[in-house]
Amino acid sequence: MEQPEQKIKLTMPETSTEAAGKQDDGFAGASVFEARNVSCYYSAFRAVTDVSLTIYEHEITAFIGPSGCGKTTVLRTLNRMNDLVVGARVEGEIFYRGASLYERSVSPIAVRRRIGMVFQKPNPFPKSIYDNIAYGPRINGIRSKGRLDEIVERSLRQAALWDEVKDRLNKSALGMSGGQQQRLCIARTLSVEPDVILMDEPCSALDPIATGKIEDLMHEIKSRYTIVIVTHNMQQATRVSDRTAFYSVLRDDKSDTRTGVLVEYGRTQQIFEDPHDTRTQAYVTGRVG
Amino acid sequence: MAVVSDQPTIDLREPGGWRRSKNQIATVLMYVAFVIILIPLGLVIFEVIAKGAKAISWQFLTNSTIPPNVMPLGQGGMGAAVVGTLEITAFAAVIAVPLGILGAVYINEYGGGGKSWLSGLISFMSNVMVGVPSIVMGLFIFTVWVIPHGLTGLSGFAGSLALACLMLPLVIRSTYEMLRLVPDHLREASYALGATKSRVTLTVVLPSAISGIVSGSLLAIARAAGETAPLLFTIGLVESTNSNLFSGPTTALPSQIFSNALSPYVGAEERAWGAALTLIVIAFILLFVARIFTARFTRYAR
Repeated sequence: MEQPEQKIKLTMPETSTEAAGKQDDGFAGASVFEARNVSCYYSAFRAVTDVSLTIYEHEITAFIGPSGCGKTTVLRTLNRMNDLVVGARVEGEIFYRGASLYERSVSPIAVRRRIGMVFQKPNPFPKSIYDNIAYGPRINGIRSKGRLDEIVERSLRQAALWDEVKDRLNKSALGMSGGQQQRLCIARTLSVEPDVILMDEPCSALDPIATGKIEDLMHEIKSRYTIVIVTHNMQQATRVSDRTAFYSVLRDDKSDTRTGVLVEYGRTQQIFEDPHDTRTQAYVTGRVG
Repeated sequence: MAVVSDQPTIDLREPGGWRRSKNQIATVLMYVAFVIILIPLGLVIFEVIAKGAKAISWQFLTNSTIPPNVMPLGQGGMGAAVVGTLEITAFAAVIAVPLGILGAVYINEYGGGGKSWLSGLISFMSNVMVGVPSIVMGLFIFTVWVIPHGLTGLSGFAGSLALACLMLPLVIRSTYEMLRLVPDHLREASYALGATKSRVTLTVVLPSAISGIVSGSLLAIARAAGETAPLLFTIGLVESTNSNLFSGPTTALPSQIFSNALSPYVGAEERAWGAALTLIVIAFILLFVARIFTARFTRYAR
């Protein structure tokens, strides 16, 4: 398990010039995200409390934990998707490659162009397959037909979908199977060449075969992208991720409130084989949650 | 049926008794209600066709001189009123449809669906305006436009303004309902690609809702085309075509139905029925176009 992983890391370009993250295990790349004491609120409700973690370049980081533990909320703060939720608010600091994400001058539009997102439910636009992929480049100002054709083909090839759909690019994307739609959504995210891809339970609506295809795809693209994935499926976390963050729900019986906390964060192997926290151990062995 | 196992047979036939009777009674009531609904609808259309069909001819639809009431059918025609109705309604649509769509976009996309005070106000006022009697719209334009302009106040344009006031809340309501139906996950998909709010609205929200918006707007236009009251005080009544919307009084089908039907002469009454049938056909054509649009734009929506 350790050997091939090390090889991949060693062949990676060294990009730790800016915001060199905390070195971990000696093989971590540059830090992409650094969250410091992040708490998220929906109006008065504190959904997540005091999360600090570092996410590294060209790795797959998995967020696991029981329902309501705030893992999706944390994911959505990373590209400011939660700005769209009325009443949502973030405290603490999140740095993206050294830049503070919640600074006043930061435009969420610019953030999301670099940090793409794949959602739980496949959500292709009610347009043709071609127009779905070309959407992102078009809103970024690319008009040339030749250039768009090129991007559509490249993105679909990267998402391992080209051979299945190349003859029906002008057909509606809604006519595809669920698994194909989700890979189309990944291809759509890839079309704007983001730096980071956030995935919010991308396989929860898919059957095991489609899930396997998406996991293979993640392995293939991780050399070029940094991926953060929220998953309910612990086997999936062990199969795809380099690091795992385990979140849990903290209940306060006195005030009858609950909030999500980050319990443990580390190498996936360590989290699953040698968890330091008893709550992590109970969860990964299936005794709780 | 061959019983394969030695288990006791289960009775899977429809259960009898009171439960079954209740179901049958409910079914009969539904059908009766359906027939009762059809009776007034059918009678209206039957009456109008029966009495109006003989008036319809090419001359009736196009001849630009509306004859005096005493003249029998076959003299002149309703061309002036057809032109007036089409012009006034079309211009009212030009005013009200874009404004209404923009208003609904503001309420749903920018004002948080009525949560900000301004979008709440627009939403509330458009709800109230849907219930305002149409004659009030006519009086309103009469007061703010026709009277200040004195003798030149009566015009097709004033009629268009009155009809636009009537259509605006209808367009806002129907468009708003359609925008609400656009699922949030489509908006999120677009935002996640780095789209701005206006981009999301123009490229995702409006295209997804376009068929409903178009058919809702056409229904509002059809409704306005048949209104008499807003035109009574705004366009006047003339007997020949005035194709200039902005100058001088004009006429329209509902006004002609009103004035001819009040007259005791047979020819005038027949012309009123003919005009009524013409108006129904115009409304029907609009609804038909609405259906075609709905079918065409839902091609990708499945």
